[in-house]
Amino acid sequence: MSIEARLRLAYAAFTLDVDLDLPGRGVTALFGPSGSGKTTLLRAIAGLERAPGGRLVVNGETWQDEGVFLPTHRRPLGYVFQEASLFPHLTVLGNLEYGERRVPAAARRVSLAQAVELLGIGHLLARRPERLSGGERQRVAIARALALSPRLLLMDEPLAALDMKLKREILPYLDRLHDALEIPVLYVSHAPDEVGRLADHVVLMEAGRVAASGAITALTTRLDLPLAHGDAAAAVVEAVVAGHDAAYELTFLDFPGGRLTLPRHAVEVGQRVRLRIQARDVSLTLEPQTGTSILNILPATVTGLAADSPGQVMVGLDVGGAPLLSRITRKSADALGLAPGRAIHAQVKGVAILD
Amino acid sequence: MSEADWLALRVTLALSAVTTGVLLVLGTPLAWWLARSRSRLAVVLESVVALPLVLPPTVLGFYMLVLLGPRGPVGGTLEALGLHHLAFTFTGLVVASTVYSLPFMVQPLKDAFAAVGGRMTEAAATLRAGPWDRFFTVVVPLSRRGFLTALTLTFAHTVGEFGVVLMVGGNIPGETRVLSIAIYDHAEALDYASAHVLSGGLLAASFLLLLAVYAVNRRYRMLHP
Repeated sequence: MSIEARLRLAYAAFTLDVDLDLPGRGVTALFGPSGSGKTTLLRAIAGLERAPGGRLVVNGETWQDEGVFLPTHRRPLGYVFQEASLFPHLTVLGNLEYGERRVPAAARRVSLAQAVELLGIGHLLARRPERLSGGERQRVAIARALALSPRLLLMDEPLAALDMKLKREILPYLDRLHDALEIPVLYVSHAPDEVGRLADHVVLMEAGRVAASGAITALTTRLDLPLAHGDAAAAVVEAVVAGHDAAYELTFLDFPGGRLTLPRHAVEVGQRVRLRIQARDVSLTLEPQTGTSILNILPATVTGLAADSPGQVMVGLDVGGAPLLSRITRKSADALGLAPGRAIHAQVKGVAILD
Repeated sequence: MSEADWLALRVTLALSAVTTGVLLVLGTPLAWWLARSRSRLAVVLESVVALPLVLPPTVLGFYMLVLLGPRGPVGGTLEALGLHHLAFTFTGLVVASTVYSLPFMVQPLKDAFAAVGGRMTEAAATLRAGPWDRFFTVVVPLSRRGFLTALTLTFAHTVGEFGVVLMVGGNIPGETRVLSIAIYDHAEALDYASAHVLSGGLLAASFLLLLAVYAVNRRYRMLHP
């Protein structure tokens, strides 16, 4: 199960040149600044742009190679555009059926009813697209793509045109999609929070090339990449809910680096959750502190240091196998004598559950 | 209305209907190509299509006569094949009208196709619709107003042509004698009463036709902004 894409496309002022081997399951985020070629890559994978001489194999099926170019309508994919692009002359149901009807019965694995249920649009079926809100429109567009039973779902910043409130309305549906369906997703985004929440794998794009590609937990903490720098730098950690403390209203989460304690969340014991731990919320101490209000103090090993701003240093940590980031002042780094391999304790002030 | 005038009306309606039909078949792919092509040839072709808007109909008619007549490239070839040339025939009129009314079919369709845009056809392609499928299930329904405008303008414009008909078709009753020629004849003969009947009828019919189209389009625009 893999997606192999070797695509080269030259325009007057821009060249896309990628050679990627991506996991054939889960959500892969194409992440990078605007103009870095994310959308062009997605369009080339869909066959909406021609990249002559390229090669594209999706889970064993050749979509493009020497002498082979499947036109878009022959590729078993689903595509969600940045603007919903619903057909204005059809109702919501008409839009959903447009694609579904064109898929041979033998290839249908997601039923229309399932897609409608998953995106919560059952009450909208008789409406015309012009009478939907932006968020509803995008949900219909996602359901329309799902009803094709795609072998690969391509999403081009499906939330970019929406404001924060609508984004929050749609994100849970995308989470469900991730959990309920075994469809690999390529997700274009330039929003770190979306990527942190949804992606399993990240492809970092820069000026039409792949700057890095890897698991999200590894990539967000690699000190040589821009993702691990600045105010928003954060580690993504997978954890399991271990229990709750009824008296103090706390939730306990287990991850490879130990146990985290945080204010009670509405999650169930045994549930897998994804956490974001921001670099600026992690401080370092040589000896485990007592007499502190910080609950989460974890033994860690320094894996690397990199200048972040003139006065600040980003420190890479290994906490029982899970990578974390800590941003401290250069003065503190010198005072603590930090160097790769140094054993230390990480004090985690804030943990966000990404669900 | 005299027998001859009824005959002229029949010829006029037949000519307009056939011309509109021919132009729908020829003009649709041409308009589609013009709306989407980035080739330099498109600019040239667009200008050629617009020519009948500015040329005096007599100029167009003159060249059509030369082209379709017994010594012209088209008419001459037909003669050599043992067929009749097309000058002063109904078929010749249809050919000339098709050229004359070309912009009235192509321009509205081209604008409509351009407005539908690449996005909708791309969306249809990702929904497994092939090129023909996309055209008939997405482009045509979304270009309804353009088709309505194009068909009406083409029909009405062909009904009203005079100069081209006079040059190419002459004045053969039941074959090439159309309403505008009949009106001209009545006026020449100072039979203003008959001229009034035909002119007034044409004016009223044209106005009602355009009124209906614009009303439908406006209503549609208000329902689907």
